[in-house]
Amino acid sequence: MTQALLSARNITRRFGGLTAIDDVSLELKRGAVHAVIGTNGAGKSTLVSVLAGELAPDAGSILLRDQDVTAWSQPRRAQAGMGRSYQRTTIFPSLTVHENCRIAAQARHQHFWRWHSAARHCRASNDAADRALAQAGLDKERERVAGLLSHGGKRQLEIAMSLATCPDVLLLDEPLAGMGAEETGRMLALMSFLKADHAILLIEHDMDAVFRISDEITVMVNGAVIAHGDPQSIRNDTQVQTAYLGEEAA
Amino acid sequence: MHINLRTLLPLTALIGAAALLPLTLSDYYTGLTIKIMIYALFALSLQLLVGGVGLASLGHAAFFGIAAYFVALFAPESGAGNMFWLLPGAMLGAMIYAGLTGALALRTRGIYFIMVTLAFAQMAYYVFHDTSVGGGTDGIYLYFRPELRLGGLVLLNIDNPYVFYLFTLACLLLTWAFLAMLMRSRYGAALTGICVNEQRMRAAGFSTYGYKLVAYIVAGGLAGVAGFLYAAKDGFVNPELLAWEQSGLVLLMVILGGTGRLWGAILGAVALTLLQELFQSQALLGDFATHWHLPFGLAIIALVALLPRGLAGLPELRRSRPNKGKATPAAPVL
Amino acid sequence: MDPAIFLIQCLNAVQYGLLLFLVASGLTLIFGIMGIINLAHGSFYMVGAYMAFALQPLIAQHLGAGFIATLLACVALATLMGYFLEWAFYSFLYHRDHLQQVLMTYGLILVFEELRTLIIDNDVHGVPLPDWLQGSIPLGDVMTYPSYRLFISAVCILVAGLMYWVLARTRLGMMIRAGSSNREMADSLGIDINRLFRIVFAIGVALAALAGAVAAPVSSVYPGMGNAVLIICFVVVVIGGIGSIRGAFVAAMLVGFVDTFGQVFFPAAAGVMVYLLMAAVLLFRPEGLFRQG
Repeated sequence: MTQALLSARNITRRFGGLTAIDDVSLELKRGAVHAVIGTNGAGKSTLVSVLAGELAPDAGSILLRDQDVTAWSQPRRAQAGMGRSYQRTTIFPSLTVHENCRIAAQARHQHFWRWHSAARHCRASNDAADRALAQAGLDKERERVAGLLSHGGKRQLEIAMSLATCPDVLLLDEPLAGMGAEETGRMLALMSFLKADHAILLIEHDMDAVFRISDEITVMVNGAVIAHGDPQSIRNDTQVQTAYLGEEAA
Repeated sequence: MHINLRTLLPLTALIGAAALLPLTLSDYYTGLTIKIMIYALFALSLQLLVGGVGLASLGHAAFFGIAAYFVALFAPESGAGNMFWLLPGAMLGAMIYAGLTGALALRTRGIYFIMVTLAFAQMAYYVFHDTSVGGGTDGIYLYFRPELRLGGLVLLNIDNPYVFYLFTLACLLLTWAFLAMLMRSRYGAALTGICVNEQRMRAAGFSTYGYKLVAYIVAGGLAGVAGFLYAAKDGFVNPELLAWEQSGLVLLMVILGGTGRLWGAILGAVALTLLQELFQSQALLGDFATHWHLPFGLAIIALVALLPRGLAGLPELRRSRPNKGKATPAAPVL
Repeated sequence: MDPAIFLIQCLNAVQYGLLLFLVASGLTLIFGIMGIINLAHGSFYMVGAYMAFALQPLIAQHLGAGFIATLLACVALATLMGYFLEWAFYSFLYHRDHLQQVLMTYGLILVFEELRTLIIDNDVHGVPLPDWLQGSIPLGDVMTYPSYRLFISAVCILVAGLMYWVLARTRLGMMIRAGSSNREMADSLGIDINRLFRIVFAIGVALAALAGAVAAPVSSVYPGMGNAVLIICFVVVVIGGIGSIRGAFVAAMLVGFVDTFGQVFFPAAAGVMVYLLMAAVLLFRPEGLFRQG
């Protein structure tokens, strides 16, 4: 049983009177994709925000490699090895694909006091960007202006940017949104390739993709976990079927 | 935009022409050009915030004014002060205020940031306007232009108008070069990222608050250089230097000049100062020139409405398809 | 501190706070509902004061009517002016970003100031107190308090109450609240957003102008009064939270007390106290005390 890289315990988060996340626990292990699925408003995106450090939980704790990071800011968690991709693309549209990744990679080689040396000469961040682009399959597009990429290309770049800092944990928020069949296939192949070295959290609505790629699945409804297990047992879980997958799937 | 032969030649020609300009101008117009250069420096310092990081400050005049008052207050009355410590001192005064107020102001965003920076500038204005610190509304005088002394040796004396002109021009060019270098460094690249998408930068691991605060302080310090020059130019400093009208004016210069290029700030300073001169010209408008705020205000409204990317962005507007696939700097690099 | 003096300062603080609330509520309403940041809002305050100065002798002479009539005339004129301005100028600002709005309204301030100079003048003026309000109310044995200042507070409370009633109990108020929380929904419900915005803007202008007019006899009428009040209003809105009327009220009262008692206890640093208050709020609640929504 591999040790968990990221462990979230009893996370609760409220917004005024609404409980967005209710006592949710989960673990991310290296070499595995852990998908979180649920209806709209189930709290999945809030959960990712809490794990990443954008929102503070009202209760519960988050451990990264057994270190309590609950009070850590997002940049600090990123420095400790957490990477995050967003549902709405957060690339820099007017810069080239390579420069997008290079700036992200620079987070690990900031040297912000060296005002006289040009950023584009920074060996370390250039290499890291090259590696990330190769992993994401975008190396042929490196000089292209990011805003002119196809939708799938932009989503690939979003992943590449989160890889540029060499994270151990990847939080992917709906990476397949708006993609056609071929692009989805490519993205799933990328995730298969990545999971060997990373612990991946996947928020997704595309059920086929989820069942193809995940090693474990957590199902959330109205902020609470109603089921957790491997894909097969989730598929057969009657509670999940009625609440989420619909009666016809039963 | 790299410095290569194609840009180096016209740039040198331009600088050369600027250096020789006073030989062809009357005293009044030389003074006007110096004033334009001082405001260009002032606008460049704000360009770091607006164009470089995406922070619109409506209180930048505070740093300009604090530095000017520093010089006037601490320069000796009996002889020329020493620039060696007066200039860094003025910058430091501005930077301290920038650090204190920036630390708080940067906790806010968007429209709150605009309002908070305005309020902090008003606080500084109040100190000089209503207390006896700087002579109140009457202002104070600087009797001698500071000179650069090391030991007993006078290295640079800027009393001569032409020398002062060249000194101001040198300060402007150095500031421009410094900012260009800054924007192409790793720090500048990080600022660019923060400007476009701060969320992504935090997710990558940048402590964006620290980066922004440093930019705010540097911008304040550079505004202090402009303030020093302003005090040295006419020798008179009054609280209106910190008034919101000044902050609004310099912000206008940056926006109307264009935030896409560093030199947009210089262009904006030139354009707006000349526009003010135009509307104040009695030769053109006769008696109505005393009411120049009216056409000036209308001109501001029209220009902001018609030039969303400022003057530096005009070439882009004229092309049917902006960018045409060429990577443009997300933040000004020259 | 002598209890009578303390009471006087409290009354002053409340009066100042209520006036600020009138102006700030207009500002926050316009921003909250229409998304427009209006730097020229202070100019409406100034316009109200100058209108009171210019109209008061005319109304006394031709209509034989007193101060209340002058106030009502100012409000009516300001409302018309606001209605016209929204149509002629502000409606073009909706789709612009906040920075452009700031700069365009900055230009508008210059235009207003110069128009005022051309139409009236650039001087400081006084507006005479109406006869029936020239006296003072006794407080305790020795102290008295000017009746007119109580009148100011009374007018502000009346208007604040009216505003609350309109927002909470009328169809217009319902539409305003709907428009502020969800523009598209309100639109699809058949509410004429354009007319609604024009009305809201006119109300905002009228509030500021009324505040200027009613304060004129006490604060006197001078060219820089609009800009001075604008910046304090920004502080009120930052402290209270933009878009929140309740926040504007609480913040305005806070500012009123801090400023008034600040002048009593720290006369040398008087005007700075308000900004220190803002700084303190920013330390703990950068989004203001009452966020919108």
